[in-house]
Amino acid sequence: MKEEQDYIRDIAEIRSMMERSSKFLSLSGLAGIMAGVYALAGAWVAHVYLGFKPDGVGDSAVYNGQYSNLPQLMLLAVVVLILAIGTAVFLSAKKAQKRGEKAWNTTSKRMVAHMSVPLVAGGILISVFIVKGLLILIAPLSLLFYGLALYNASKFSYEDVKFLGMIQMGLGLLGTWYTGYGLLFWAIGFGVVHIVYGIYMHLRYER
Amino acid sequence: MKVSIDGLHKAFENRVRLGIMSALAVNDTLDFTSLKEYLDVTDGNLATHIKKLEKEEFIDVKKSFIDNKPNTKYSMTAKGKKAFEDHLKVLENIIKSQK
Repeated sequence: MKEEQDYIRDIAEIRSMMERSSKFLSLSGLAGIMAGVYALAGAWVAHVYLGFKPDGVGDSAVYNGQYSNLPQLMLLAVVVLILAIGTAVFLSAKKAQKRGEKAWNTTSKRMVAHMSVPLVAGGILISVFIVKGLLILIAPLSLLFYGLALYNASKFSYEDVKFLGMIQMGLGLLGTWYTGYGLLFWAIGFGVVHIVYGIYMHLRYER
Repeated sequence: MKVSIDGLHKAFENRVRLGIMSALAVNDTLDFTSLKEYLDVTDGNLATHIKKLEKEEFIDVKKSFIDNKPNTKYSMTAKGKKAFEDHLKVLENIIKSQK
C-alpha cells in the first residue's frame, strides 16, 4: 500500500505538471531590468539629442506634426525594441535551458500568440497616427497596447505580469490626457517600471 | 487510522499516465511532441501509456497531417475528466484523513 508521502508526491506532481504545461515560467527578471535600461537610454537620447519634446502646447513641433527628426526617432525606437526583445529571448532561453525545458514550446508559443494580437493592433494604430502627424499620442498608445499585451500574456505566465500590464495601461491612459508628459510617462513605464519589476521578479523567482 | 484506497483508479497509478492526464486537464489539446517534452519520456514509453488511457476512453486521439507530417492531438474525454477529478478528490481525502 502506498504511504502518505506517496499521495502527497502525486498531488505535487499533478500540480507541477499542470503549471508547466499551461504556463511559461522561464521569463527572465534580468531581461526586464535590461529592457528598462535600454528604454531609459532611448528616452534620454530622444529628448536630448533628437529634441523630442512633446511638452509645451500649441507651438511645440511635436504637437504640430512639424517634428523634423522623425526618421531618426523611429530608428531609435526600433533599435530599443530589438535590443529589449533580443535580450528577453536570449535570457529566457537560457533560463529555460537551466530548467530543462525548451524555450520555444507550446506554452511560450501560446503566450506570444496572445501578446501579438494587441501589439499588432496597436502597431497599426500607431503607424496610422505617425502618418497623420499625431506624434503626441504615439508614446502613450505604445504604453497602452503594451499593457494590454502583458495583461493577455499573464494568463500564460506568472500572475505578476498582469500587474505590470495594468501599470503600463494606467500610465498610457494618463499620457493620453497629459500629452505634454507623454515621453516622461513612457520613460517611467518602459524604463523605471521595467527595472523595478525585473528586480522584484529576479529576487522572487530566480534566487 | 483507516484509509480507504477504493476509488483510486488503476490507470492513475503510473507516474506517466498521471502526468498525461494532468497536462490534458489544463490544455484543450496537446500533441505528442509537447507531451513528450513535459514528461521527459521516450516515444515508445509515452505511446504505451497513451494507448492504455485510450483503451479506458479517458483520452481522445485525433490524427491529422500538417505539412505532410503526421500530427496527433490528444484531448481529455468527459469520462477521463470525471475519473481524474474523482482521483484528485480521493487523494485529497486520504491526505486529510491522515492529518
